[in-house]
Amino acid sequence: MQSKVITLIVNGRMHQIALNPNVTLLQALRELGYLDVKNGCEKGDCGACAVLLEDKAVNSCLVLAWQADGMEIVTNAGLGTLEHPHPLQEAFADTDGVQCGYCTPGMIIASKALLDNNPHPSEQEIRQALSGNLCRCTGYGQIIRAVQKAAAMMAAGIKTDTGEGGQP
Amino acid sequence: VKYQAKPLPRIQLPELRQVGKPLRRVDALGKAVGATSYAGDFTMPNMLHAKVLRSSEPSARIVRLDVSQARSLPGVVCVLTARDLPGARLTTDIPGQTGQKIRAGTDAPVLAIDSVRFVGEPIALIAAETLELAEHAMELIEIEYEAIPGIFDPQEALKPGAPILHPPDNIVARWKIRKGDVTAGMAGADLVVENTFRMPFVEHAYLEPEAGVAWVDEQGIINIRVCTQVVEHFRSIARAVGVPQNKVRIRGTMVGGGFGGKEDITVEIFLALLAKHTLRPVRLVYTREESFASQSKRHPFIITHRTGVTRDGRITAAEIDMLADSGAYPYLSPYVLLYATIMAPGPYRIDHLRVDSIAVATNQPFTSAFRGFGGPQACIAYEQQMDEIAKALNMDPLELRRINYLKTGDTNATGQVIESATWSEESASHALEALGEKSPDQGPLKVGWGFASYFQSYGRITWLHDTSRAWVGLELDGTVVIRCGTPDLGAGQVNSICQITAEILGVPLDKITVYSTDSAVTPLAGTSTATRQLYMSGNAVAKAASEVRNVLLQRAQKHFEVELEEIDLAESSVFVCSKPEECMSLAELAAVCAAEGLPLANLAQFNAPFSEGIDPETGQGQVFPDFTFGAQAVEVAVDIETGEVSVLKAVACHDVGRAINPAAVEGQIAGGSNQGMGYALMENFIVEQGRIMTPSLSEYMIPTSVDFPPTKVIILESGSGVGPFGAKGIGEPALTPAPAAIANAIADAIGIRIHELPLTAERVLAAMDRVRDGTNRSK
Repeated sequence: MQSKVITLIVNGRMHQIALNPNVTLLQALRELGYLDVKNGCEKGDCGACAVLLEDKAVNSCLVLAWQADGMEIVTNAGLGTLEHPHPLQEAFADTDGVQCGYCTPGMIIASKALLDNNPHPSEQEIRQALSGNLCRCTGYGQIIRAVQKAAAMMAAGIKTDTGEGGQP
Repeated sequence: VKYQAKPLPRIQLPELRQVGKPLRRVDALGKAVGATSYAGDFTMPNMLHAKVLRSSEPSARIVRLDVSQARSLPGVVCVLTARDLPGARLTTDIPGQTGQKIRAGTDAPVLAIDSVRFVGEPIALIAAETLELAEHAMELIEIEYEAIPGIFDPQEALKPGAPILHPPDNIVARWKIRKGDVTAGMAGADLVVENTFRMPFVEHAYLEPEAGVAWVDEQGIINIRVCTQVVEHFRSIARAVGVPQNKVRIRGTMVGGGFGGKEDITVEIFLALLAKHTLRPVRLVYTREESFASQSKRHPFIITHRTGVTRDGRITAAEIDMLADSGAYPYLSPYVLLYATIMAPGPYRIDHLRVDSIAVATNQPFTSAFRGFGGPQACIAYEQQMDEIAKALNMDPLELRRINYLKTGDTNATGQVIESATWSEESASHALEALGEKSPDQGPLKVGWGFASYFQSYGRITWLHDTSRAWVGLELDGTVVIRCGTPDLGAGQVNSICQITAEILGVPLDKITVYSTDSAVTPLAGTSTATRQLYMSGNAVAKAASEVRNVLLQRAQKHFEVELEEIDLAESSVFVCSKPEECMSLAELAAVCAAEGLPLANLAQFNAPFSEGIDPETGQGQVFPDFTFGAQAVEVAVDIETGEVSVLKAVACHDVGRAINPAAVEGQIAGGSNQGMGYALMENFIVEQGRIMTPSLSEYMIPTSVDFPPTKVIILESGSGVGPFGAKGIGEPALTPAPAAIANAIADAIGIRIHELPLTAERVLAAMDRVRDGTNRSK
């Protein structure tokens, strides 16, 4: 296999790395240290590895890193930090939308993609938007409430921009 | 509205400042922003990558195993087989935690010795410079099997002439309950109802596959960073690896879901062996498929109830037979079976009772702990049986139960007196009332209601003499440190001990730092299993924090010169209750205490009640510290043309004693309900002739956000539990009544009882077809 140097712009930071064509975006991101991108199945069943690729939520295990060459990627950790959490992150924490937390980064990415396009989703729209992200702990009710709460916070004008200083 | 909630007894619980409040959990924000590290996130310099070669055969002799080519592949550092580890056995944790009782020799070998007994059984370990090399080396291992006749059905396992997995027979465990006089009880019955119910294998399907990294440090200690429910496995690991127990250190991580599946040893023993043999850091992370193939499942059960009942609805006697599939090795089967046996009659007073239960070995995936630990299987049977009895008597199902519910002071199946509140009718009627009006049928959609009551233990079996420890200390700036070994599975184990400490020491949650799940630096708190951490470690931390509080109050008493009862701690200060302006910050008080050498830290141990074992012939004796009671009610619509079942409403109501954090309790209940509804309707881990037909999350379906409505949660608080502040346990009980409630609702909707889970569209349709055929024939 012939490797190629590609460019990935992750959470605003540029990386140039040589990768074989069979490396998935999930593998590349974790190799680069973006460990908030979780590996749950490596075949698109669980959504734990979801990231924003050019503002669209994708399962990074189903994208080859080469396909993302030159593109902008945002992971959950790129949305906010402990000191400056994104309203979605704050709302997930406040409504107990987080239990074990392993699905959470992917859930928040899927929620972010939803709210970017539809700032006032109905409960049914939220459920549909999250249907590719499995959670085994919560039963989804508190996650749905978190998205509703974040939508309300964002509508009320609490900061929504992707913050600087995401990990790593 | 058909049902009205039974009014609750008036109970005055003490007003608390932090306990009982839905505070943001201490672990929540770190997880939400993606800052929390899980076991698979750790790497080390000079690290090797491990793979496990597993059996492709369910029952075979290993005729030839040649690892020489794999060993000589450049970049492969170590290949281990059973030959390299004589006698290494995977002792499971029940004896391992307390060091008291070692079970007979059917524990699984760490690596298969001469034969394999299930698909996925580990055979060889590989450590290589890269993951690709390790995978390549796996392919170079030459293995030749010779098939041995296997057992793929638990009923076949008991037949004469059946192949034997572990001599002398296939019986892995057996329990008996003999209470009262069943013959006399049956003689007093007007009617005897008999039914047999079946349940499938279920997969835990936590989102985080098993993972870890291990290394040997400068003291020769094998350090293992791993996601586990049981830090105390370091003892079993030490025994299997052949080092003293103080030379293995478990550094647990936040666990990405456990549900019992990370109660048995997973990757840690392989990591320990490879680190010891290579003296380099080693990382092992399972793929989803390997997680499915290598770890335990929920026990399939076949349960037969034969119940005698009078015309006015009083149960006179019950006979219950249970058969559980233990899979290829026992693991925790004897204990799961014990739980199922004791819970078998449900939360009902049955004076004349016989239960016989058997767990058998088969060449299937091994079964072990899974949220509820046999309790849900028991409930699926007893609650469907109760509805069938009600139907036979033409009686309302709640009325039948009301006549028979256990009351405080009654004895359970083993003769243990139930001392806490038994709010069965309260919880069932609250859940049913909350369903509101029944939705009307619409064309082919037939609507049904169902509910299930349950009771379930929390805390470990009392003859295991369970203990937990916690250390609480006050820093000189008024902040607090907790050290407690409890692993956090995401259920809020760590937050609970913080909230309890916050209450007792009068500090906000954000002034507390907690260290947990490390066998070297956090006092051993026992397992995050058996719905025991809030009960055990909650009491331990309350004891430690109270000792620190006493030191503070006594010193403050000298300062303020008032009665001790006049002083309280809140919001990081100490003050005189009647004159709150007379106060001092906790930091100032800490400095005064420290200057005088007063102890500002305390290590406390909490012991559960200890008992001796039960009588093996009658099953009588104390087994559990206490029990949780509750119920779930659901409304479903069954499409009689397609067999498809939709859940329209779900309400769960449990008496949790006292909710330490009501939002976290709601999360436990709603999540447990969802898992239980998945168990009833869609989850089926299919094994055919020992081979897994549902190897990944593509084939094994768990509920998504669009499958069920969120469960409405009603929290009742009797304050009668043996946990801190009167709390009972809720982690496992949350799941227990959900599957039976669904099954009862479907039977209500279509008028047909389907005796086997899951109640898939195919199964519902087939059942209706059978009835339609029957109807046609009779015409």
